[in-house]
Amino acid sequence: MSGNIKFIQGNEACAEAAVYAGLDFYAGYPITPSTEITEFLASRLPQIGGKFLQMEDEIASLCAIIGASLTGCKVMTATSGPGFSLMQEALGYAIMAEIPCVIVNVQRGGPSTGLPTHGSQGDVNQARWGTHGDHAIIALTASNHQDIFALTVEAFNLAEIYRTPVILLLDEVVAHMRERLVIPQPGEMPLVERLKTTVNEGVDYHPYLPREDGRLPMSDFGGPHRYNVTGLFHDMWGFPSSEPRAVHGLLRHLVDKIENRVNQLARYKEYYIEDAKHLLVSYGSSARSARHIVEKRRSRGERIGLLELQTLWPFPHEMVREKCAAAQAVIVVEQNMGQILQVVKLAVDQPDKVFLANRIDGDFIMPSDILNILRLIQGKGV
Amino acid sequence: MVKKAYLRERFFPHLWCPGCGHGMVLNGLLQAIEKMGLSRNEIVMVSGIGCSSRITGYVDFHTLHTIHGRALAFATGVKMARPELNLIVPMGDGDALAIGGNHFIHAARRNIDITAIVMNNRIYGMTGGQFSPLSGEDVRATTAPYLTIDPGFDVVELSKAAGATFVARTTTYHIQQMSDIIQQAILHEGFSVVEIFSQCPTYFGRKNKAGDAVDMIAYFKKNTTPIGSTAKKENPDLIERGVFVQKEKPEYCSQYEKLVQKAMKGR
Ligand SMILES: Cc1ncc(C[n+]2csc(CCOP(=O)(O)OP(=O)(O)O)c2C)c(N)n1
Ligand code: SF4
Ligand SMILES: [Mg+2]
Repeated sequence: MSGNIKFIQGNEACAEAAVYAGLDFYAGYPITPSTEITEFLASRLPQIGGKFLQMEDEIASLCAIIGASLTGCKVMTATSGPGFSLMQEALGYAIMAEIPCVIVNVQRGGPSTGLPTHGSQGDVNQARWGTHGDHAIIALTASNHQDIFALTVEAFNLAEIYRTPVILLLDEVVAHMRERLVIPQPGEMPLVERLKTTVNEGVDYHPYLPREDGRLPMSDFGGPHRYNVTGLFHDMWGFPSSEPRAVHGLLRHLVDKIENRVNQLARYKEYYIEDAKHLLVSYGSSARSARHIVEKRRSRGERIGLLELQTLWPFPHEMVREKCAAAQAVIVVEQNMGQILQVVKLAVDQPDKVFLANRIDGDFIMPSDILNILRLIQGKGV
Repeated sequence: MVKKAYLRERFFPHLWCPGCGHGMVLNGLLQAIEKMGLSRNEIVMVSGIGCSSRITGYVDFHTLHTIHGRALAFATGVKMARPELNLIVPMGDGDALAIGGNHFIHAARRNIDITAIVMNNRIYGMTGGQFSPLSGEDVRATTAPYLTIDPGFDVVELSKAAGATFVARTTTYHIQQMSDIIQQAILHEGFSVVEIFSQCPTYFGRKNKAGDAVDMIAYFKKNTTPIGSTAKKENPDLIERGVFVQKEKPEYCSQYEKLVQKAMKGR
C-alpha cells in the first residue's frame, strides 16, 4: 500500500490516473502549464505497450487521438489555452462523430499567449461554447490531487458511456503544486470499457442508431463492420444527410444524451451547507482558498458553507438552485470575470443575492480576497 | 467499369459533376486494390473536406471523412494504433497543401506507412472555384479575377524534400499508370505520395477556358511525359509523370516498436 503513495504534481496525478483508467494512446504538443502530462506519458506509455505521439501541433494531436479511438483505444491529449483554441474544430468533430476521448486543458491566463506560467480559470465558457454550433459537452474539474485522479478516471468512463469528448479543466495552480496522492489499487475504482456491438459479421450494423438507453455500441476500425464516420450531419449508417428529420434527430440526440442526464453527471462536494447563511460556490484551485475560509470561520461558529463544483458542464442547475435556496448570500469564487457566476445567477431563485469573489491578475485567489467580499456583504467594510 | 464489390451502392448516385476527374481517380484506385486482392476489412480510407474527399463515402472500407486539411493527422492516429491496417488518404490540392500542408510535410518526415493521394485539379472545387496553392501563376479563379500571382508548389519536389520515400505523379488520362502506381504506393512501406492531375471542368475548366472534361484530359496527355523521356529533353515545359522516388528508410510504426522494446527493457 505504501508504494502507492506519491508526492507529485497535479499534472502527474492526471497522467497516472489516465494510465489507471486504461489509456492506450496519447498525442500531444508541449505547452505550459500542461507539458508535464505529455512528458510523463512519453516515458510511461511505451513501457506498458501504449502509444505516444508528439504531433506537429494541437490540431493534429486531437485528430490523431480521434483516429486511434476509432480502433478501440482509450485516448487522451493535454494542452493549455492557445492549444485548446486550436483544437476547437476537431473537438466539434468528436462531438458530431461521437468519438470517446479525453481532452485536458490546464488553464493559464488568456486571452492569446496571455500568462503562460500563471493560473486562471478563464476557459470555462470556451469549454462550453468554444466549438461552433449547438452542442452539449461534459467538462469536469478538481481542486486537489486525489480528486484530479478520481475525476480523470471519471472523464474516461463518461467518454465511453456517452461516446463523447470529455474536457478536464485543470488550472496551473493545482497542476504544478505538489501534494500527496494515494493511487488506488487496480480494481478499486470502477472502469468503463468500450461498449462493442454484438451484431455479427455480415449483418447490417448501424453505427449511429442509438439503443433504447441512448448508447451506441461501437465497432473498431479494422473489425468486421465497415462504416462511414463523418462530421457532416448523417444517418444511422454514418452517411452524410441533410434531410431535415435526420438533422433534427441527430442534433437532439447529441444534446439530449448529455443534457437529459445532468443530474447523473453532477459531481460536487459540499461542506457545511445545511445551515449556511453564506454559501461559497467554487471549483478547481479557487475552491482550496474557499474551503480554507469556510473551515476557519466555522471553527468560530460562523454559518458559512462551500459547494465545490466538479462537473461544470452540463451545469447542474437544479442541484445548485437547491443548495443555494436557504443561503442569504451566495459568493462565487473563481479566477475569471464571472463565468460560473453568470450560470449560478441563472440557476438560483434570487440572482441578486449572488456575488463574485475573483481575481484576474494572474495571482492565486487568496482567502483574504474572499474575506474582503464577505465583509462587504456583511456590511462590515473592508 | 468500377469494381462493384468495393462500392457502397446504397450511397449512389455520387455528388461529382459530370466529367469530374475525381470519379476516374476512384476507378483507378479500386482497380489497384482489386489487383492486389486486398480485403475490404484491411483498408482504412481517411479524407478531409472537398469534392475529392467525398470519395470515402462511396467505398466499402473503414472510412473516415474528417475536417478540412487534417486527414493525415487522423490517419496517423489510426495507423499508429493499428499498424497492420492499410491507410489510404485521398486529398484535394487545397486540402493536402494549403490548410493541410503542415500535416503533409510532417507525415512525410516521419515516413509513416500511409498512401497519400493528391487529387490535384488546381482549384477549390467544393467552394466554387477559388485558387489553390497548386494553381500556379496566371490562373483565373473566383478569388483571382486578375489571374493568380501566387507561384504553385511542386508536389513531387515538396514531398521528396519532406522525406516521403515513395513519390509519383500521374493523371486521369493515364488510368493504367494510375492504378499501377497506386498499387506500388500501397505496397511501399513508408509514406507514399501519388499526385494525380484531375480535372474540374465545372470551375477550373470554365474559368480558364480549358474546354470540357475531354479537352482537359487531352491536355494532361499532351503536356505530360514519362520521366526522363526524350520528349522532355526536347520540350522542358512538359511535366514528367511516373515514379520519382522509391527508397527504403525505417518506417515510423516499426521504429516505434523498437522504441517500445527499449522502454520495456529499461524498466
Ligand atoms: C476550416 C475550413 N476552412 C474552409 C473550409 C471550406 N472548404 C471546403 S472544401 C475547400 C477546398 C476544397 O478544395 P480542394 O481541397 O482542392 O478539393 P476539391 O474540392 O477541389 O476536390 C474549402 C476551402 C472548410 N470546410 N473548413
Ligand atoms: S466542382 Fe469540380 S471538383 Fe467538384 S465535383 Fe464538380 S467538377 Fe469535380
Ligand atoms: Mg482541388
